[in-house]
Amino acid sequence: MDMSVTSSASQPKRRFLHEWRRGETLAAWLFMLPALIGFVVFFGFPAARGFYIGLTEWNLLTEPEYIGLENYRELIQDDEFWHSMWVTLYYVLLNIPLQTVLALVIAVVFDRFVRGSGWRSLLLLPWLMPNVVVALLFLWILDPGLGIVNEFFEAVGLPSQSFLGSVDQAMPSIAGINIWRHVGYTALLLIAGMQRIPRDLYDAGALDGASEVKMFRDITLPLLRPIMVFVLITSIVGSFQIFDTIAVTTSGGPVDATRVIYWYIYQEAFERFNFGYASAASIILFAILVVVSLVQLRLLRANESDLS
Amino acid sequence: MANEALQASAVEPDTRDQVVGNSARHNQTIARVVLVLLILFTLFPFYWALRTALSTQRDLLANPASLLPVGFTLDNFRAALGLISTSDAVASGGSGRTFAFWKYLFNTALVSTVVAAGQVFFSAMAAYALARLNFPLRNAVFIMFLAALMVPGVVLLIPNFVLIYDLGWINTYQGIVAPTVLMSPFAVFFLRQFFLGINRDLEEAAKLDGAGYFEIFSRIILPLSSGPMLTLGIIVFITQWNDYFWPFLVGRDEDVRVLTVALSVFRSQTPQGSPDWPGLMAGTLLAAIPIIVIFLFLGRRIATSLQFTGVK
Repeated sequence: MDMSVTSSASQPKRRFLHEWRRGETLAAWLFMLPALIGFVVFFGFPAARGFYIGLTEWNLLTEPEYIGLENYRELIQDDEFWHSMWVTLYYVLLNIPLQTVLALVIAVVFDRFVRGSGWRSLLLLPWLMPNVVVALLFLWILDPGLGIVNEFFEAVGLPSQSFLGSVDQAMPSIAGINIWRHVGYTALLLIAGMQRIPRDLYDAGALDGASEVKMFRDITLPLLRPIMVFVLITSIVGSFQIFDTIAVTTSGGPVDATRVIYWYIYQEAFERFNFGYASAASIILFAILVVVSLVQLRLLRANESDLS
Repeated sequence: MANEALQASAVEPDTRDQVVGNSARHNQTIARVVLVLLILFTLFPFYWALRTALSTQRDLLANPASLLPVGFTLDNFRAALGLISTSDAVASGGSGRTFAFWKYLFNTALVSTVVAAGQVFFSAMAAYALARLNFPLRNAVFIMFLAALMVPGVVLLIPNFVLIYDLGWINTYQGIVAPTVLMSPFAVFFLRQFFLGINRDLEEAAKLDGAGYFEIFSRIILPLSSGPMLTLGIIVFITQWNDYFWPFLVGRDEDVRVLTVALSVFRSQTPQGSPDWPGLMAGTLLAAIPIIVIFLFLGRRIATSLQFTGVK
């Protein structure tokens, strides 16, 4: 301030910049106002309120009654809750390994042998479709009576299957449906990671007579680790939150075989009106997702990139 | 087209081909097989739905495995689009249940457009402040947005439903759009990263010419980032178009019902014994057509941008 009074040449410019800057704080908050309202009202406040609702007994119509950790105590002893946790974990274990391996195969083929990026967009098509649409397409394809898969089985002499109508096959069927929707998108992200691996590594490998399998194991896989961590964390966290496909195809059945944690929370809140209990269950799921992410980061040492 | 892409790589003078010619050709064959399988795997469900939607219910029961439509008819699409009366639809084997396609389409398009436009614009405003303006607590605000990126929807679902319920917004458009129309942590983060990369010279010059912040934002920042903002807008639009759980919770009423919810209601109304598969598949395809059109025109652009943001 004082400086600007004494120095003559740059005085107008400086004062101008100073004035400009003073308004800066106000302008910044004005620019952020709509987004901040959105953040506070629909992210910050609900997140805090979710914790609080989890400490109450509440049916939405009467006043919530504070009961401390009672909901959590009950949840730990609730067989239905644990059942839905196991069912969810079972789904994740059916979904993620197969999806990741298939995506890796597709990604290697695209990265190594398919020139041009035009074909890559095809990978995206299933992922752009609404879950509800995908679920309905496969509900028909897998129909026990008239579905084309069973018609094919009969034609080649195999017994027909119930798929989504069977306790044993419902969850693998759901996993298959979601693999169809997600495998291309996963491959697309892996391709992006692979394209950052220097091409001369492969050329050198080829000159040494290394096979594609060997190059995949010794070059691609180790150098792909950072993107692999990202892909695995987002797909596992997403996989834990499966709901739409189940809501449209099995509604948690048959006999609770697909009653995943999201479906359990939905039923507790919106069918039984136990809002407190359901909130507590969602907080536990949240905690599990945080732990899963942290463990994966640690196991896969995400911050170490062999390329940089 | 697959062949072109692959042949282009095959004829390219490549030392690898000379050194291990046989195995390279072998690899090309594998690649071609994988590509063909992938195309079949991706497109078959759509074809099968189309073939079913063009079939008559009666003929379908008699001949479920035919690869072509059986008893070819456009009535299922006509019925879903409300072009023939319910009784005619029943006469040709439909379930006769109403599916007010145009209304659901209007609701879905309205909700998706409002959310895409609002979320991108308001997030851009916040991102500009976070990328360019100096103010106390800037880092704290940014970290807050980053943290919100990690919070899964399940924690917010019940409290947000309660909030919309308290506001009396159940079964209203504003109830459906409210949580996403003002911002998303991803949009703020994505746009801030892009704005940081814009050269500052133009802005500095504009400042000295006396331009205000809003002028700089609207005349310099927005035009320079129209590409990424359009891509982001498309992704937000599609995400909203596909969303099911939230509109299912707060917008089940016929007046505000969106396509995904309408399809699930239509499906749950079909009797267990003999569902109206042709009708259901016609509705399913109609709901997917806007996304397929977006994919045909902008699929490549979306793929490139997802690869970029996914890795960065």
